[in-house]
Amino acid sequence: MPVEIDIAHVARLARLGLTEPELDHYRDQLAVILEHAARVQELEGEPDVDVTHPLGVVNAFRPDEVRTSLDREEVLGQAPEARDGYFVVPPALEL
Amino acid sequence: MDAPNIATAGEKLRDGSLTAVQLLDGVLKRAADTEAQIHAYLTIDRSGAIAAAETADRELAAGVDRGPLHGIPVALKDNMVTRGLETTASSEILSGYLPPYDATVVSRLREGGAVIVGKTNLDEFAMGSSTENSAYGPTYNPWDITRIPGGSSGGSAAAVAAGSALVGLGSDTGGSIRQPAALTGVVGMKPTYGTVSRYGLIAFASSLDQIGPLSRTVLDSALTLKAIWGHDPLDATSYRGEYPDLLEGIGDGVEGLKVGVVKELSGEGYESDVDERVSAMVDQLGRAGAEVAEVSLPTFDIALSAYYLIAPAECSANLARFDGIRYGLREDGETTEEMMSRTRASGFGPEVTRRILLGTYALSAGYYDAFYGQAQRVRSAIRDDFARAYSSVDVLVSPTSPTVAFKAGERTDDPLAMYLSDICTIPSNLSGDPAISVPIGLDSRGLPIGFQVMAPALGEPMMYRVASVVEQLAGFDAQPSLELVAG
Amino acid sequence: MSWESVIGIEVHVELATNSKMFCGCAVGFGEPPNTSVCPTCLGLPGALPVPNQVALDSIIAIGLAFDCSVAPTSVFHRKNYFYADLPKNYQISQFDAPICLEGHLDVTVDGQTRRVGIERAHMEEDTGKSSHVGDGGRIHGASATLLDFNRAGVPLVEIVSKPEIHSAAEARAYAQSLRAVVAELGVSDARLEEGSIRFDANVSIRPIGVETLGTKVEVKNMNSFRSLERAVQYEIDRQIALVESDGAVVQETRHWDEEAGLTRSMRSKEGSSDYRYFAEPDLTPMEMDEAWIDRVAATLPELPAKRIDRYVGSGLEVSLAEILSGAEAPIRELYEAAVGAGADARSAANWVTGEITAWLRREETDADSLPLTGTQLAELISLVDEGKVSASAAKDVLNGVLDGEGDPGDVATKRDLIQISDAGTIEAAVDIVLADNPDAFASLRDGEEKVLGFLVGQVMRATQGKADPKLVNDVIRERVSD
Repeated sequence: MPVEIDIAHVARLARLGLTEPELDHYRDQLAVILEHAARVQELEGEPDVDVTHPLGVVNAFRPDEVRTSLDREEVLGQAPEARDGYFVVPPALEL
Repeated sequence: MDAPNIATAGEKLRDGSLTAVQLLDGVLKRAADTEAQIHAYLTIDRSGAIAAAETADRELAAGVDRGPLHGIPVALKDNMVTRGLETTASSEILSGYLPPYDATVVSRLREGGAVIVGKTNLDEFAMGSSTENSAYGPTYNPWDITRIPGGSSGGSAAAVAAGSALVGLGSDTGGSIRQPAALTGVVGMKPTYGTVSRYGLIAFASSLDQIGPLSRTVLDSALTLKAIWGHDPLDATSYRGEYPDLLEGIGDGVEGLKVGVVKELSGEGYESDVDERVSAMVDQLGRAGAEVAEVSLPTFDIALSAYYLIAPAECSANLARFDGIRYGLREDGETTEEMMSRTRASGFGPEVTRRILLGTYALSAGYYDAFYGQAQRVRSAIRDDFARAYSSVDVLVSPTSPTVAFKAGERTDDPLAMYLSDICTIPSNLSGDPAISVPIGLDSRGLPIGFQVMAPALGEPMMYRVASVVEQLAGFDAQPSLELVAG
Repeated sequence: MSWESVIGIEVHVELATNSKMFCGCAVGFGEPPNTSVCPTCLGLPGALPVPNQVALDSIIAIGLAFDCSVAPTSVFHRKNYFYADLPKNYQISQFDAPICLEGHLDVTVDGQTRRVGIERAHMEEDTGKSSHVGDGGRIHGASATLLDFNRAGVPLVEIVSKPEIHSAAEARAYAQSLRAVVAELGVSDARLEEGSIRFDANVSIRPIGVETLGTKVEVKNMNSFRSLERAVQYEIDRQIALVESDGAVVQETRHWDEEAGLTRSMRSKEGSSDYRYFAEPDLTPMEMDEAWIDRVAATLPELPAKRIDRYVGSGLEVSLAEILSGAEAPIRELYEAAVGAGADARSAANWVTGEITAWLRREETDADSLPLTGTQLAELISLVDEGKVSASAAKDVLNGVLDGEGDPGDVATKRDLIQISDAGTIEAAVDIVLADNPDAFASLRDGEEKVLGFLVGQVMRATQGKADPKLVNDVIRERVSD
């Protein structure tokens, strides 16, 4: 089973800036959990039903109607950094 | 004070022998006496609660009756958003967060005249079975404060058990209402998926999460559920059909009903006191006229494995939004990516980090089919198993938890042991069916034991019918002997 | 070696719904930042998406317009990637069960029409907008990114062509035709300059005769049809030059720089992306049954290709049919109404695309407020056909009608433009002219045809231009053979 876990890659995908010792620690724990989780492969045969809503809800849509938006000051009031009506973040690295 | 329940307090509120403000005072006093030891609440909204109680008194005096929850003090798990009232999901990453809107269940409680006492502690983002994974410190069990109350809705369970709320709302993704209810000697119920709106519930695993009540009695459970369930156009997974009458079966007994005892949920790994008390209750049900039979649901053996792939996978996406941009914690960084990575590493606790990593892995290229895809097939197979069982029985029963409340710190270093706490409750989340835990007695150490009743989708009336018989047969009236700190 | 270019186009169409894809925030353009936002489109904790019915109707309309099959069931997926303008850090999109599959679009380049396959069209949500600014007083770093989430959650349809386009000109024609169809459907503003329709191109080359596809490069950031054509041509040339000098094309995304006229590699720190798609658990499956599809089909306008075919079928030359098809809707409706009132199709088409369009331009009037009915146009055409009004006088009649002087017959009478078609009157006028010009009449009798015109002209002059020239002609011929 999956002894091979590229934990640094996984942490990168998840945007978790972990230290080397933390990565090692989580890799070991994941290995144990995944070994147990791999028991899903013991399932025999193909199930009859699909994974869908247990009450069979389909086509749950809303009419194309405009609802009141939030107050901008209330929204930006929760932001770590905001300016002139915008949320502010450090620059993206691309380009 | 003798712990009141919704039904008895409701009578007094209406005959004038009790006011909502008095009822709230009692609850707040109880909280003041117990919080230092059990830490059920993260936030107590004293002024909001008093205002709501005063309004309830005025309305009731004027003959305006909003239903069974009118004037009743309710505790809310802190993963349901409340406008302008701090909501953290017990995470550092949401420290100080003031939501700009109310969850649908919160709106319904307000419309029903309920008095919201405050926000209760939980395992961070509802991930855990002990309420120890809280950035704001653990909750302890009112029955033994060296033990945990179960989780993740441990705060709401402890508050109801301790009398610092009459009823609490929790959320149940893999047993997070039922398992703490069992460990604290209260009634905890997870409704059919899609019957209670998830709008405003901070998502852990969207296809499994469901809000439900923790209460003193089975009747209170049904009364509370009745107030919060029903279609919500803001939740696309919300059921739009007919909702059954939750109270229709309560009092009808179990004569002629077929009760299936789940073979896979007993034996190795189950404390003998738990197994014995559960068997004794099964026998009592038989003597009360139920037809009892053992039923095998073989896929239950791999339900836990499927759960620990599906829930982390969904959580890895649900928790991606916590990135330090629009709300909550932010750590500095030279670039957007660095800021996000530092914020998330610093803001999430170890269990949440572990599950995000696990879920990210299970969904990633090359592993999806073997893990996530296969887990979904297991989920379907579990539904098949349930359907087969319900073709011959009305309800299924089992222990709620293989053990009673364990010692604080006992399982924090062993994720797998902690995950095993949910082995009895997880199948109902995977199937989406309703299930309830009813306290049936104490073990040799004086710790509560819960009995689980499961029913098919929308089978809540049948589930409550059997649960109320269990409640009656158990005659469980013990109270936690919490030694109060003088003062 | 000779090379063939293989191009696929991905088009993102922002739908012009009232509200966003999964929430009730208004869809707008140019609003102040972060004013059209709510818990759902901001990705606040606890918020949930609910799909917009009209957006789904719109993608079905798009699918039908491109002859796609509409899937009986379809689901949304989460596409997971972190980006500051993506509030939930996953985009609700579609992966292996899109709503529309297998369609096509006919594309004409230099008079040659080719059919380009459409692989799929799926529904997703747009991202917010980020803008980069210089030093804004941050403690660290010299610049920052500002985020506006008004666009986040606007419904977006992605239409993916098959790699069946083989030149830059064809890429442009495909994009233009596609835009025309989408605009005609009315489901999007389809404005390139506002970004409500956006084109990306996947470009590769292979030696002619080779079946396997070469390494493809995705080219982005073209904001006009011209820049699309230029970017694709540049990329084709770049790849050929690269391969011919023993280099190899690298699979990557390149950014078109309009001013520099070249594509640049967009180097992303992230290696190969891993979107970890899985079915969106906050949404339930969609079932597109026949009733739904029929309801949408009934609302579809006639699309350009079909309309041109129909016009040609009713007797118009292809060129005239294309001009008419491209005309504004009120012009086409006037044409239809005139034909419905009995007018000859060609005459009606010529009038609406000629004199009437010219009048609108001259008067700077909207086609919507054209003061002319189909019945009036049909009457005008029949006045000409019946010889009551000459072709040149008909233009005056039209002007009179457009000036509000009444119906064509009344205007012709009032303006004294009715042709003389009474045989007796014309015969009398002809006889006078022949008597006055005996030499010319004799030459005509001797077979000198060219004097016929002169004699007709004399009669027209004598009748102040009101005689029906055809009748005059006939009468003179009768006299010759008498």
